[in-house]
Amino acid sequence: MKKLINSPDSLITDALRGIAAAHPDLAVDAENRVISRAQPAAAKVGLVSGGGSGHEPLHGGYVGYGMLDAAAPGEVYTSPVPDQILAATQAASTGRGVLHIVKNYTGDVLNFRMAAELAEDDDIRVVSVVTNDDVAVEDSTFTAGRRGTGGTIVVEKIAGAAAEEGADLDTVARLATEVNERSRSFGIALHAGTVPAAGTPGFDLADNEIELGVGIHGEPGRARGEFAPVRELVAYALDAIHADRTVSGNVLVIMNGQGGTPLIELYAAHAEAAAWLAGRGVTVARNLVGNYITSLDQAGFSITVTELSDELVRLWDAPVSTPALRWGM
Amino acid sequence: MILDTATAVAWIRRAYELVRADEARLTRLDTAIGDGDHGANLTRGLAAAEIALDEKQPDSAGQALITAGRSLISKTGGASGPLYGNGFRQAGKELREEGDVAAVADALEAMLRGIEELGGALHGDKTMVDALAPAVAAFQTSASATLDLHAAGQAAVAAAEAGLAATVPMQARKGRASYLGERSIGHEDPGAASTVLILRALAEVTAP
Repeated sequence: MKKLINSPDSLITDALRGIAAAHPDLAVDAENRVISRAQPAAAKVGLVSGGGSGHEPLHGGYVGYGMLDAAAPGEVYTSPVPDQILAATQAASTGRGVLHIVKNYTGDVLNFRMAAELAEDDDIRVVSVVTNDDVAVEDSTFTAGRRGTGGTIVVEKIAGAAAEEGADLDTVARLATEVNERSRSFGIALHAGTVPAAGTPGFDLADNEIELGVGIHGEPGRARGEFAPVRELVAYALDAIHADRTVSGNVLVIMNGQGGTPLIELYAAHAEAAAWLAGRGVTVARNLVGNYITSLDQAGFSITVTELSDELVRLWDAPVSTPALRWGM
Repeated sequence: MILDTATAVAWIRRAYELVRADEARLTRLDTAIGDGDHGANLTRGLAAAEIALDEKQPDSAGQALITAGRSLISKTGGASGPLYGNGFRQAGKELREEGDVAAVADALEAMLRGIEELGGALHGDKTMVDALAPAVAAFQTSASATLDLHAAGQAAVAAAEAGLAATVPMQARKGRASYLGERSIGHEDPGAASTVLILRALAEVTAP
């Protein structure tokens, strides 16, 4: 394993020091492992998210004006602990309540639930919205439910814009839920990422194999498939999304890299996605192409499609100033 | 033999040693059907529990288990931290000062309930419950028959090991392994494997 690390144990702390050095508009609490705004917002609904590390820029890269107030990064691929989430919640609280945006994984859900109970003890009202946009996992009594993936970014942006405009906690939570319901994602991996503490890739793929429906933690997907040209891979992903929720109208598309994919390949993939959507009369009203929710050095892509309304377009376009998304100001 | 403060503290310490020694195996099991962090997480959580026990110097067996449980919740991360943490907290609340074999049986029953209620897992979902539930039942049966803490602990370990083996053909319905669907079949559940270690620690520290 060759990685730009001093040691697996110090990686999170070292990365937090780097975030602090790179982004003076963020406050990094290395001890509690909380990233928050250096200039806390005045009275508004607070937005907190968090999850395992290794998905950068998620979530710390989305802290700032127009999005999150604080984020709690856990160990690599491991949910943050309740104390951390509580500290982030306290940092985000201005008295108008705090929204927890939680990706649907058992560990994240349990740790955020415990933190929400602790926050209620401090008289901070917390509402949680659990994102579950990944169509690769069947939502049934036989699974822990769909995973939260790229749709989480859209939820954080739209809810963040509404909170910035002064919407109350219930309104922000309702919007977050609506965006989650309108979002679907699907990922395909070409080779697995390597967790620094493990030292070897999370799964092995032969040269002609790909992982269909891969998760963001290197967990294998729902099936192995045969490697194919990007047009077919993108069509497979969009077909899976379309089969779950009809893709129509105006959409936001995130063509996301998983950390080990060259941007030129993502653009090639985006061209195929744009053509697939145009062929079905769907308008790509907004898009992102790049690394927005990664899995260390995993190679591959995920596509997130969110059906937009005029109101959601307006909130997506609202000013934002974070390390990863910055426009309108 | 009773589970007094010193024995309860020894239980946690021994659990830490056993999990740390088997960290690589737990990680390997978790890499196969999960995300490969169970060994590292539980080692970190139990290390924190040991430090907390050193600092707090609990004055009852129940307090020792509650202290360990809180550390597991605070420091472990992942799903196993809140689940084991809540389990130890509930066991500690049930046990209070100290306990004979019957009281420990009740405490283990409370641990199982705490884990089941928080995680929502049922028997057969391929989780730690599949090792813990039969272990608690075996402990209770042996406790009534032998009135011996160590014998009951050994019966619990044997049942947990059988429960662990039984997870191999199961398809996971909870946790990250559930995302694999049928591909989760054919592997031991890492949570059930760590449950065996925690119960083995109890059996060892209660040996005469």
